[in-house]
Amino acid sequence: MTPEEQKEVRARQRSRSIVVGLLLGALVILFYGISIAKIAGH
Amino acid sequence: MTTVTIDTRTLPAHWRDFLALTKPRVMTLVVFTGLCGLLAAPGGIHPILGFTAILCIALGAGAAGALNQWYEAEIDAKMKRTAGRPLPAGRMDRQSALHFGVGLSFFSVILLGLATNWLAAMILAISILFYVIVYTMWLKPRTAQNIVIGGAAGAFPPVIGWAAVTGDVSALPVALFALIFFWTPPHFWALALFVKTDYAKAGIPMLPVIAGEIATRRQIWLYTAIMAAAAMAPVLLRLTGPIYGTTAFLGTALFAVFAFQVSVHRESDPERMKPERRLFKYSILYLFLLFGAVVVDRWVFA
Repeated sequence: MTPEEQKEVRARQRSRSIVVGLLLGALVILFYGISIAKIAGH
Repeated sequence: MTTVTIDTRTLPAHWRDFLALTKPRVMTLVVFTGLCGLLAAPGGIHPILGFTAILCIALGAGAAGALNQWYEAEIDAKMKRTAGRPLPAGRMDRQSALHFGVGLSFFSVILLGLATNWLAAMILAISILFYVIVYTMWLKPRTAQNIVIGGAAGAFPPVIGWAAVTGDVSALPVALFALIFFWTPPHFWALALFVKTDYAKAGIPMLPVIAGEIATRRQIWLYTAIMAAAAMAPVLLRLTGPIYGTTAFLGTALFAVFAFQVSVHRESDPERMKPERRLFKYSILYLFLLFGAVVVDRWVFA
């Protein structure tokens, strides 16, 4: 793998990690909200 | 300066390509009809649970889209409209698409079940399986009536939205299902008329390829008549009031005018198929209008 390719792979891995991190954060908030809504409903 | 060419197949796929796999543009109509089913249902749902239900419908549709592209990668490569998708363009390997699609399917169904109820989750699971197995794998490559039966997959969202609120399925969501079901053939065949050459190249038995253009135009008219009956059913059965009734009547009348123009039009050059393009564009607006009217009507009169 050439240095350019390596750089591109790293850049993609980084952007995917950021997106996955953001999605996980959003899920934490969503599950918290669902829990609160479910508790409030009972 | 030297340019470096990188074989994209050795690279991890870009996250944007995973997003493209879910066909976000098709999703708008799915999300909207699902939302309308949810808003038209009697009783209320906690806003967060309602949001989750719509999110799950969108994720389920995205999963079905990804599995569809996983299965059809070779066919997509032969059509200009789809050749730029992540798989045929070689920006992603097939296995990633399969894992993504299956994972997203399970996630959306389980989340919907936990957040709302298992009837809604079951209907979502059925709609994903129907789209992937019955439509994509079984009907699409075999029969020119593929989209007639396959259209059922796209008709599920309002039923899921309704079931998420009430936990049951009554007459109105079934009527809304029928409306989308009978709307799909004229909507899709109008498109198939002006992209016919593409489907022929890929060996997909779309109606214009198999039965010819004139037969397709006749069938568009025929299904428009059935769709008109389905569109008026909610008001005739007194499931909705005059707001929906008036919107449906006027909207369907205009739909019929455009469909009639297509049915009598004789033109094989896709560049000159103006009535066909007009019907296709209007059909999308039509569905938005009628579903919007259902919600407004239910809020005002129910």
